[in-house]
Amino acid sequence: MSDYNFAYLDEQTKRMIRRAILKGLAVPGYQVPFASREMPMPYGWGTGGVQVSAATLTPEDTLKVIDQGADDTTNAVSIRKFFERTAGVATTEETAKASVIQTRHRIPEAELSEDQILVYQVPIPEPLRFLEPRETETRKMHALQEYGLMHVKLYEDISQHGAIATAYAYPVKVEGRYVMDPSPIPKFDNPKMEMAAIQLFGAGREQRIYAVPPYTKVVSLDFEDYPFEASKADHPCDLCGAEDSYLDEVILDDAGNRMFVCSDTDYCRSRREAGHSGRLGEEAA
Amino acid sequence: MTPLLQVKNVAKMYGARIGCTDVSFDLYPGEVMGIVGESGSGKSTLLNSLAGHLTPDRGEVIFDTRADGPVDTVTMSEPQRRMLSRTDWAFVHQHARDGLRMSVSAGGNIGERLMAVGDRHYGSIRERAADWLGRVEIADSRIDDRPSAFSGGMQQRLQIARNLVTGPRLVFMDEPTGGLDVSVQARLLDLLRGLVREMGLSAIIVTHDLAVVRLLADRLMVMKDGHVVESGLTDQVLDDPQHGYTQLLVSSVLQV
Repeated sequence: MSDYNFAYLDEQTKRMIRRAILKGLAVPGYQVPFASREMPMPYGWGTGGVQVSAATLTPEDTLKVIDQGADDTTNAVSIRKFFERTAGVATTEETAKASVIQTRHRIPEAELSEDQILVYQVPIPEPLRFLEPRETETRKMHALQEYGLMHVKLYEDISQHGAIATAYAYPVKVEGRYVMDPSPIPKFDNPKMEMAAIQLFGAGREQRIYAVPPYTKVVSLDFEDYPFEASKADHPCDLCGAEDSYLDEVILDDAGNRMFVCSDTDYCRSRREAGHSGRLGEEAA
Repeated sequence: MTPLLQVKNVAKMYGARIGCTDVSFDLYPGEVMGIVGESGSGKSTLLNSLAGHLTPDRGEVIFDTRADGPVDTVTMSEPQRRMLSRTDWAFVHQHARDGLRMSVSAGGNIGERLMAVGDRHYGSIRERAADWLGRVEIADSRIDDRPSAFSGGMQQRLQIARNLVTGPRLVFMDEPTGGLDVSVQARLLDLLRGLVREMGLSAIIVTHDLAVVRLLADRLMVMKDGHVVESGLTDQVLDDPQHGYTQLLVSSVLQV
């Protein structure tokens, strides 16, 4: 007994997850409960995303896995290997060539197309959780569209920091109805959520799946006098010179030297291959 | 004049035991109704049944809504009732901790109701929060402090501000002065009396403290074992109690 069923999960489980995904797509932003399975990885490592990917993959698909934008970090490498072994699908690091992209905490810089699916790993799907701990109450608040509390959080931000300091997992309202946690992506990525690709969100421990269909209206919550701002570090990428990408800050030595690099490694690499170069681009190459 | 609230034969049972039963009264705009009685007499059960926290087993609670006139709040849909409890109703809990968000600043606590009804302008929310802090005698400089840093009396005043900011017409109060020392109680009562008069609020106040109803209430209901045993004008009931239990209650108060 050496072979796994295609993409690890048995067919009945995938069927159950697909039903949840379809329901999620039919009601954008609504958290659909599903019977999350034990996966061969700890909670918090993307068990929800992996189950959604497993239910989404077909043998013809090409999979890309990113973690904080990078293809080469532990989480991304191990999930990619997991599906190479259990599904035998082709994998790639190039955003444009992938048909299914599983992501943790980022949306790729390259624009996604209609034939792509973006799968998010979600730690806590309930945006109201830290303000209202009761699940019965948050469900009622979603049902009755009582979202005033979400603004209390933003109010607290402004009163304490002078601006909306929430920088990731910034709450959005989907299609004018459900308030949704976009998973811990930086708020820089929020405007990209109105995209051509299908977006699926899986939370394994919390047993919730939700979805944003293509071209769905996704609005970041804000105040009239403190509008939403998609912020990023005010630098160009030190390797590829890009000024429009989300940057990671990397400390280089103990003397205070640091560099800013694209968090999307594929975007950075493809730009450098096309001849772009940043401040430290030559040395690194 | 249409009564603001008409209560008709409200009853709430806990299994075979009586919570409160056969309660009927009318409350007119600007009127303050006191409900007194000993612990376990059904005062809080009645208040929670009226405010929609409990569903009464029998009877009607008819509220004169701004939009649709008198509506039975027991049978109205839950979204409507919850909307009512955010706008036209207010509920002041005995323990301020039950009515406040302890992890949110004073300003956020006051602003929550405003944001719940759709206010999305930070500046105006903050301005109104500051205004209300002033009206309940809390210094402006405390607007960004959390209620956990406040004294018991301040927490109670903050809870009142948080409830009154949307200009409700009916306030339910459950022992608003419970657990406060007498001088703080006196100031709170003074403040409440001022706000009730100034805003023309109607209120239903549940308390076991006769001094509170003497000061605030126009009318009084005395409850015992889930039944209303006596009702009438406050001064009349307190100065000339007819029912045996009321006489006991009035004579139990220590004269200093």
